[in-house]
Amino acid sequence: MKIPIYMDYHATTPVDPRVLEAMLPFFSEQFGNAASRNHSFGWEAERAVDRARNEVAGLIGATAKEIVFTSGATESNNLAIKGVAEMYAERGNHIITAATEHKAVLDTCKRLQKHGCQVTILPVGKDGLVDLDLLRRSITDKTILISIMHANNETGVLQPLREIGRLAKERGVLFHTDATQAVGKVPVNVIEDNIDLLSISAHKMYGPKGVGALYVRRKDPRVQLTAQMDGGGHERGMRSGTLNVTGIVGLGAACAVCRQQMPSEPVRLAGLRDRLRAQLEAGLDDVRVNGSMEHRLPNNLNMSFAYVEGESLLMGIKDVAVSSGSACTSATLEPSYVLKAMGISDELAHTSIRFGLGRFNTEEEVDYVAARVMETVKKLRELSPLYEMARAGVDLKSITWHTER
Amino acid sequence: MSYSEKVLDHYNNPRNVGSLDKSDPTVGTGMVGAPECGDVMKLQLKVNPETGVIEDARFKTFGCGSAIASSSLATEWVKGRTLDQALAIKNTEIVSELSLPPVKIHCSVLAEDAIKAAINDYRKKQAVEGDAK
Repeated sequence: MKIPIYMDYHATTPVDPRVLEAMLPFFSEQFGNAASRNHSFGWEAERAVDRARNEVAGLIGATAKEIVFTSGATESNNLAIKGVAEMYAERGNHIITAATEHKAVLDTCKRLQKHGCQVTILPVGKDGLVDLDLLRRSITDKTILISIMHANNETGVLQPLREIGRLAKERGVLFHTDATQAVGKVPVNVIEDNIDLLSISAHKMYGPKGVGALYVRRKDPRVQLTAQMDGGGHERGMRSGTLNVTGIVGLGAACAVCRQQMPSEPVRLAGLRDRLRAQLEAGLDDVRVNGSMEHRLPNNLNMSFAYVEGESLLMGIKDVAVSSGSACTSATLEPSYVLKAMGISDELAHTSIRFGLGRFNTEEEVDYVAARVMETVKKLRELSPLYEMARAGVDLKSITWHTER
Repeated sequence: MSYSEKVLDHYNNPRNVGSLDKSDPTVGTGMVGAPECGDVMKLQLKVNPETGVIEDARFKTFGCGSAIASSSLATEWVKGRTLDQALAIKNTEIVSELSLPPVKIHCSVLAEDAIKAAINDYRKKQAVEGDAK
């Protein structure tokens, strides 16, 4: 077993050796510009991009022409939402999204709000799921887009895409989903789920950083977007800029590997995740899982360890890479807005840890991580005045805390 | 975030962890911070009423590594000092001793507040004791 152990696969993933191997020639011998139409260097690059386009499309049930390559999911989300808002401005100006979306969606919507769009941010339940009835009631004749993520990056909670897609289709509203965390991890099918736009990132699925894709439906309905970047008119005019051939080849190869492993890998990861959870729950009291266990990525575990602040816990397990919803680990000094949106108190949000399992984790690693976490939580609880009070039967909510400075 | 050697040392080997008897009239207890803010420090002092010297100190902290280190250091510093000397401890001294980065300055402020709150509590108790006599 190699130390440190990486268990933060929602943040990023290493490039799979098979993916790297596929990419290498495109840095050197096959360096052509995919837009060069009049020599073999260009043709070779174009062929490689086409192969990748097919792989990406194949993984999500789309056709190659529906894939637009981008720099990553942030760009895909921006392009989808801003592109639709601009293109369909005459039809309406209302966008519906949810409180637990990634900032690339929420902040994009907020910017559009400043430019005259109306944005509805749906709340989520304790389980992290959006309420379909509320979504239905929120649609107006001005609604042009629903943007709801597939899997949440902190809790792994999976939204009911099929139901949302059906609802959007019934009401003639476009449906975008940020599927960054889901593609390659769980089956995704744009036809079955009536998805019109879908964002993908390569580095979350064992591909390289700096490349992603946006699926844009071409039929039933044919979705149009206003380009957000002007230039040479690449990617059917939707995304100008010389194609990142090497990155795109990597994304394609990453999709191919994920597709190959699709039936077995989610089962293996769910097994590891459940093993981790079972050990932590058996060894510690006052721990809880945040978000639905039923509607969840197989590789995610988000847990609160009451009375132990998240950053101090991370410090105690420094040979394990995980992340925390604690304010102290974020740039904003605010605890996770995702957990808060699920009705989890700031106090518990500060004690949360996100475990993201992945392709290269083993049972031995899970056992090691569980042991380290339990040992550190126990040690820090001995140091925690809150744990001492809770053990003495003091209701922490009954205390007036002096927060003013 | 990377931590200074001294923060790591206090985190790994916290000094004076524990609790003193809250009801003892020679013990002052200070509890500052709030769980929803991510830091709660409890600092206790045992004072010799004759000399006014702090003879023992204990802490428990819910918070990040810098908060744990700040309160651990505070217990080390107050021991052997008189109450007035302890009151003179400034958060900036904790910041420089532990090399805390700007985002962690609030941890040192909290430790200073905890010392003051514990001394206040002790003085209040002593005043009540005095009245009773």
